[in-house]
Amino acid sequence: MTGALDEQEVTVSLTVNGVPVKRSVSARRHLADFLRDDVGLTGTHVGCEHGVCGACTVRLNGEIVRSCLMLAVQAEGATVDTIEGLSDSGEIAALQQAFLARNALQCGFCTPGMLVTVADLLRSVPKPTRDEVRDAISANYCRCTGYHAIVDAVMAAAHGTEPKS
Amino acid sequence: MKPAPFNYHRPGSLTEALALMGEHRGAARVLAGGQSLMPLLAMRLARPDQLVDINRIDELKGITEGPSTVTIGALTRYNDILRSPLIKASLTLLTDAVAHVAHHAIRNRGTIGGSLALADPSAETPATCLALGASIVARSASGEREIAADDFFDGLMSTALDEDEILVAVRVPKRPAGTRHAFLEFARRKGDFAQAGIILAPGHVGVPKHRAVVFGIGPTPWRSAALESAINEGLTAASKAALKAELAVHFQEDEAAAYKLPIVMTLAQRAFARLQQ
Repeated sequence: MTGALDEQEVTVSLTVNGVPVKRSVSARRHLADFLRDDVGLTGTHVGCEHGVCGACTVRLNGEIVRSCLMLAVQAEGATVDTIEGLSDSGEIAALQQAFLARNALQCGFCTPGMLVTVADLLRSVPKPTRDEVRDAISANYCRCTGYHAIVDAVMAAAHGTEPKS
Repeated sequence: MKPAPFNYHRPGSLTEALALMGEHRGAARVLAGGQSLMPLLAMRLARPDQLVDINRIDELKGITEGPSTVTIGALTRYNDILRSPLIKASLTLLTDAVAHVAHHAIRNRGTIGGSLALADPSAETPATCLALGASIVARSASGEREIAADDFFDGLMSTALDEDEILVAVRVPKRPAGTRHAFLEFARRKGDFAQAGIILAPGHVGVPKHRAVVFGIGPTPWRSAALESAINEGLTAASKAALKAELAVHFQEDEAAAYKLPIVMTLAQRAFARLQQ
């Protein structure tokens, strides 16, 4: 390998939360940093930056992915939905209400990743068991809650046992 | 931290990609699912000058069925494998193994080609392809070759691929319906890489010889002659002793053989019990 290379600038065009976005970025910029710093959507969090903590989870072309493990340039032409989009559309309203009611977040760092992940679960398994919920969030780390409140919240939202406010 | 700078290429065809690999021989790395390479880049354990993103190459996609084999394109994502009725019907062992790989979000992007090319000894896919008697299809600008899995994994994270080659597909002999298998792994948490694993793949008309693989121990997955004999004779005291002797050879100096040995012996018992079911 040779010495340090120059920064390579690339242009990327994609749709983020339904809005067309076009930016010029460094080729080595990952999608999480792109969403946060180039698009200004800071709901997606950067935790471990190597794919194990789940805080960076977003929806890409309908599937959940680790945005820290994709280069922004790889999202060319893609449709990306972040926590902001899922929230604004109302898709996760019941989940958000349940998370609040069940104290399923404390510092809130893992929460966007958790919500994107469980929203994906509920699209294919609308009435999961506790074990299915645990399995779905097993790749999302939470340092605060001990996870049980998160599972409680998802179960409440999914099975409609949340008290209406 | 962030990756070191590289020149990013996104070829639209395999020909283009191979030309790049040939031109930049040794200084280029292939980016497929990125689930293993991106962490390496982020930690700067890999610092390629050229990154060749193969994700748009259609020739690398798809699962096709032949009379006696299934050919799985290198870009097939783990979740595509899990969802494939064809693989579930003819290669249930692979479906079973891939269910143990990481987690859903990782499986949406990670590819079978990437896993094989990386050849992590604790990974499920290389070991399973070895157990299935698969062959790896590799192509360079000068042509294509098929490498038997038995000859493919030649060292820690090292394969028989040349610097200018791209792994384009894996070809797997179909297993007739009802052919039994056992896939067991021990990991601290579900989804982790295996600390030890055993795969039993009894022979069938397409692959007559029994194949048994141990992985997570040593620099590559390896076939166990002791377990392969035991598929015929049962897991006798003699075959257990033979397995222990094989393990002694494969344990690395820095591996805690004291804790892995009982794990492997227990996995072996359970694997044979699974075969009887």
